[in-house]
Amino acid sequence: MHKQFDVLIIGGGPAGMAAAAGAAECGVRVGLVDDNPRVGGQIWRSGGIDTSSPASEWASKLKSLRVEVIPETRVFHSPEPQKLFAEGPSEIYELLYKKLILATGARERFLCFPGWTIPNVMGAGGLQAMVKSGLPIAGERVVIAGTGPLLLAVAAYLRKHGALISLLCEQVSLGSMIGFACRLARQPKKLAQALSLRKDLAGIPLAFNSWVVEAHGEKTLEALTVSRDGQIQTIPCDYLACGFHLVPNVELAELLGCGINNSYVEVDNLQQTTVSNVFCAGEPTGVGGLDASLLEGKIAGYSAAGRIELAKPLLKQRDRQRQFALALDRTFSLRPELKELAKADTIVCRCEDVTYGRLKRANSWREAKLYTRCGMGPCQGRICGPATEFLFNWKSESTRPPISPVRFESFLAISENLAPELSEISGGNP
Amino acid sequence: MSPAVHDVLIVGAGIVGAACAYQCAREGMRVAVLDKGMIGGGATAAGMGHIVVMDDSEPQFALTRYSRQLWQEMRPELPNDVEYEQCGTIWVAADEEEMMEVKRKESFYQKRGVATEVIDSSTLENYEPHLRKGLAGGLVVPEDDVLYAPCAAKFFLEQAKASGAQIDLGSAVLKLGNGHVTTASTEFSAAIVVNAAGTWAAELTPGLNIKKRKGHLLITDRYPGFIKHQLVELGYLKSAHSTTADSVAFNLQPRRTGQILIGSSRQYGAEHKEVDNEILASMLQRAQEYMPELSGLSTIRAWTGFRAATPDKLPLIGPWPEDERLFLATGHEGLGITTSLGTARLLVDQIVGRTSAIPVEPYLPARTFSEHAHA
Amino acid sequence: MHEEISVVVNHRSIMVPSGTTAAVAIAIAGQACRMSVTGEPRSPLCGMGICYECRAVINGKPHCKSCQTFCQAGMDILTQE
Repeated sequence: MHKQFDVLIIGGGPAGMAAAAGAAECGVRVGLVDDNPRVGGQIWRSGGIDTSSPASEWASKLKSLRVEVIPETRVFHSPEPQKLFAEGPSEIYELLYKKLILATGARERFLCFPGWTIPNVMGAGGLQAMVKSGLPIAGERVVIAGTGPLLLAVAAYLRKHGALISLLCEQVSLGSMIGFACRLARQPKKLAQALSLRKDLAGIPLAFNSWVVEAHGEKTLEALTVSRDGQIQTIPCDYLACGFHLVPNVELAELLGCGINNSYVEVDNLQQTTVSNVFCAGEPTGVGGLDASLLEGKIAGYSAAGRIELAKPLLKQRDRQRQFALALDRTFSLRPELKELAKADTIVCRCEDVTYGRLKRANSWREAKLYTRCGMGPCQGRICGPATEFLFNWKSESTRPPISPVRFESFLAISENLAPELSEISGGNP
Repeated sequence: MSPAVHDVLIVGAGIVGAACAYQCAREGMRVAVLDKGMIGGGATAAGMGHIVVMDDSEPQFALTRYSRQLWQEMRPELPNDVEYEQCGTIWVAADEEEMMEVKRKESFYQKRGVATEVIDSSTLENYEPHLRKGLAGGLVVPEDDVLYAPCAAKFFLEQAKASGAQIDLGSAVLKLGNGHVTTASTEFSAAIVVNAAGTWAAELTPGLNIKKRKGHLLITDRYPGFIKHQLVELGYLKSAHSTTADSVAFNLQPRRTGQILIGSSRQYGAEHKEVDNEILASMLQRAQEYMPELSGLSTIRAWTGFRAATPDKLPLIGPWPEDERLFLATGHEGLGITTSLGTARLLVDQIVGRTSAIPVEPYLPARTFSEHAHA
Repeated sequence: MHEEISVVVNHRSIMVPSGTTAAVAIAIAGQACRMSVTGEPRSPLCGMGICYECRAVINGKPHCKSCQTFCQAGMDILTQE
């Protein structure tokens, strides 16, 4: 199916929706592609049991602005500039655009420790997403661990839904957190959010310099061994929500040849990448959270629609948010003890069940892929890549299409015409 | 690695170079192996990993059959990550004309002691239910195999190393000849140098007529039992035959993982490694004609590779007439993995000067030499 | 109050509120979504369609990401080998 847009946005989270609305307000033809059944991204995950998110408001707004939303659809290839191929549940889209805005968001970083593959060990955002999608959590014993502000937001959310949160383990020191909190004070809105969070979290034991050493359980999670300021402790547990801050989703940006700096997509003042006609907004430019995403989205939307004067007033605020993103990265950087957790038989690549012991023998990401098939499974290295980068300092290679697994038939859809001589030579079948 | 005198210095740590190193080390030679990249990082990494007997010509048959036997003898030693499977091949006949070809092949193989089974349409359906209905039948070659070649190459080199071989990876060879090999940092000398550099062989030995033949592959997620044999259309032979045109052919391979490897394509003159959308789509369309149910399968990766092709489709195994200390072990096109073990034997036989199990004349580099223009 | 719908997980019928994903239905049914290549039980990790641990056979189709699939009445869900 062919579709043509003045501005095409990939990703329907806050940045994407803000970009779509911004561009559409300028009167241009806007399309938005998202891989979930309903827009909202992760933070505003919607359509499930929890209908309290802003996503439905935004969805109505996009509808009234006549943005064409294409849900349950993933971009997998870009054979030439201004053209993308995306796969939906039962069709393939050929999407032509004048300007493209990448709002592909971020995913959690997972680090490996013994038992992390046991069912009910999930990401922090992962468990939250499951609860938003109907997982009963009331009365369940939950431990939250890892690093980053997401842990606090998840703790508050789960608590509100009846989870019994026995502990929140943050690997940074208390000092780092205090420093971060002081930084927040410079941004009143964030400070207010933090204070409100503090109320929501009252009573939850917070442990700093703390992380999960091992998860235990036969078929599902039963207990955790945690390190708290050097002390080892084992606690019974039904769910572990564990994530180590966020990794930007830059695969599509890489595929398009956008400059990437330090894992983030390089953008100029108006959110334009190094590839002309391609913009980027939100987490892929720097993990800054909701406010940054909304601002950047809006700026990108106006810029892409050619209305730079509408974007200009927002730049200063956006720059402040950028600083916040940098501060987040600095505050929540990973401590070296986390590299020591994996044992020889701890699985690192979950798609192919490749253990740490086997990976240690490889000298590079490429070698690991070739001899162990680490990173060659359907997640295409999105889970094990950040883990191996942290463990071994491996840099993953360039991205190739398909940047997401697709149906076999989708590749047929991307060809223009079959060359006549090919069908003659290829055998006697009529 | 400090300069030292070796008996044999092999340039190229692909499956062929690795097999040669293994054999040389086994025979007590002091071996060194150089490669500009990783072990098995070239065609070895990109290819399908099949071990097949082929009847394109007597010499091709002799070498593939000899090699397949050597693989079968080696099987008990191969580690798990080599994923050796005797899944067999079915040459699929689409119509009665191709069934005649099946019968011809059967007769050819039977005379030479290779086990085969001619199957009709309903048996084919039985063996491989996902093939489309209405195919005429096929030829089963039950002793053909598949394996994961990069790990096989690694295994050979580990074995060679255990016998004292030196492996030097990550150094590109700039020049070789007359018993010397030069990299950016060092010069090595050896009694014999072996050019096993595959698609790079002609860069190192001017006058070698080796062309790169690009291929495409696509791999699916795991669908255990979806196919049980390697499946090849008889038109594959037409595709492999052509020396000038681009072509595709139906060729599927089951991996032990349950993933399905989908090929195959051949192009001349394509230099860039990016996937060629048109060729890929054409290859997949061909595959879909034989197996419509492929359409909905989840596919994870697409990639390309380059085969080292010679004009007469036979590899070059033996001394290079212009240099008495240079041997070649290259030009294997799509049969590098299959014939790696046979190549290693023939090479070492010639180095030590003994008669090989099969005649070596068809593979001698000297055969091309009369047409080769002197530099 | 959400409408309840009936889905089948590994041949057993369960009722779930509408808006529940197939991954959650599998969890409610006390199952793991799939077995890993070395035979370990696996359930969702990322909850957002990236880790592929939630793959299940949905209405006959293998390798469906159950965390991104909303339950529909009569949906047939089988966990994967």
